[in-house]
Amino acid sequence: MSLPLPWPFDREYMQLALAAGLAVGACAPLIGTFLVPKRLSLMGDGIGHMAFAGVAAGLLMGVSPLWAALLVAVAGAVTIEWLRLRRRASGDLALAVFFYTGIAAGVVLTGLAGSLNSGVLTYLFGSVLTVSPSDTVSIVVLGAVIVATMLAIWRALFAVAMDEEAARVAGLPVDALSLGLAALTAVTVVAAMRVVGVLLVAALMVLPVGSAQRLARSFGATLRWAVIIGMGSVAVGLTLARAASLAPGGTIVLVAAGAFTATAAVDVGRRRGRPGT
Amino acid sequence: MSAPAPLLAVDGVAFSYGRHHVLDGVSMRVAPGEFVALAGSNGSGKSTLVRVALGLTEPQAGEVRLFGESPAHLKDRWRVGYVPQRPMVVDQLPATVEEVVSSGCVARRGWMRRPRREDAGRVERALEVVALTELRRTPIVELSGGQQQRAFIARALASEPELLVLDEPIAGVDADSQARFRDALVTRCHQDGVAVLLVSHELGAVADDIDRIILLRGGTVVFDGPPADLTAEGVSLGVHHHDLPMWLEHPR
Repeated sequence: MSLPLPWPFDREYMQLALAAGLAVGACAPLIGTFLVPKRLSLMGDGIGHMAFAGVAAGLLMGVSPLWAALLVAVAGAVTIEWLRLRRRASGDLALAVFFYTGIAAGVVLTGLAGSLNSGVLTYLFGSVLTVSPSDTVSIVVLGAVIVATMLAIWRALFAVAMDEEAARVAGLPVDALSLGLAALTAVTVVAAMRVVGVLLVAALMVLPVGSAQRLARSFGATLRWAVIIGMGSVAVGLTLARAASLAPGGTIVLVAAGAFTATAAVDVGRRRGRPGT
Repeated sequence: MSAPAPLLAVDGVAFSYGRHHVLDGVSMRVAPGEFVALAGSNGSGKSTLVRVALGLTEPQAGEVRLFGESPAHLKDRWRVGYVPQRPMVVDQLPATVEEVVSSGCVARRGWMRRPRREDAGRVERALEVVALTELRRTPIVELSGGQQQRAFIARALASEPELLVLDEPIAGVDADSQARFRDALVTRCHQDGVAVLLVSHELGAVADDIDRIILLRGGTVVFDGPPADLTAEGVSLGVHHHDLPMWLEHPR
């Protein structure tokens, strides 16, 4: 049953894609705003590759790829963050180890499952136009959980991002908050798999944040702009994808990249316009 | 009448990195309302001592008590305000001065709670103390180094702590900011009764306001007393004389 929406969202499959896409477009930048300052922009990518291993394991064992991916991604993300907090490995080294282990395990498990079938490709590159109503409900519920959690803890996450040591002295649960952010990142990646695919999921976490940083002069405004640009990229990307029969996941990310380029140009122009610069 | 219980008590603390002894049987106290300076040349162990005192680093020997508790078990940790050495302003974390200062209230009100009216009052007072009220909506990256340092002091003050610990807060800070920094500390300490532990190798800006000075050399305490006793030995704390740094290197 479709709602009476105008073109391009007049069809049910476009409305499901829009609902799932907007949920991801809101929560991916929300998480990314806290990853970028920690120089963990590629965290979503690393977790995405682990989620791919989870998808392959799910297909091999005949269980839901989504829930298998969620389990593997959350476990991997929490382990990466734990290693970083304990200084057992630098952030990028820990990410690299899990990144390659994840993709290698995914390839091997996919091979064991039979062949590189279309089910795997759906998760690798996204297939938002084929999401079912139940997929959409799962994605929207995961998105709502992420947004509600972030609304509750973003001030504490901000204090930790500003100064981890001062936050620790003040008594904030820095380790628990960092591990919680890693787990939320994993949930976001899994929610975004069907929308843009594991190969592009990090783009939605990073590009809208990069754009927002150039527009905003406060942290609160950065959060708001990042979410607006994330959701806007999804809506515009889906529209262009339908109009020109383009791959929707890639189109959404290209729109986000275009927004980043435009805001960077505006920022450069603004700086040049300032006296003494 | 017995002396009030110290807010911070460090007894016989030792710490080493491998074979390099950084702290060797260090003891010190900070009492309520006291303005204490911890001085020493680079590598004397000042910052390590502060980290041990605040529970950020576990000592290999000795004992630390913060408000009568071991740092790991202290519940109301907001009672300690801390300004780390050279806090980093992350340019990828755009934030206004007010947002930075407000983040100092999060631990006191509970980290999942929304800001309340009294938080706004605390932020307001902290901004006033460091004279940054007019710049509250300015992104912190646009401030000078001295102004940024004052914003971080305001963040530490925002929880209205009973003990304020500052690690090298005036290194590389311009003269105007040093004067405002001094006013802020003196106001908090002498008017509001906040104890201050100031870690620095340069005490010129606050030389006249210190109640007690602790000098550290090679990981041991070589002096602990009022500045007048040090002055009696012919050592000046004045910034222009540079006597204290020289004395630390070559004690007479």
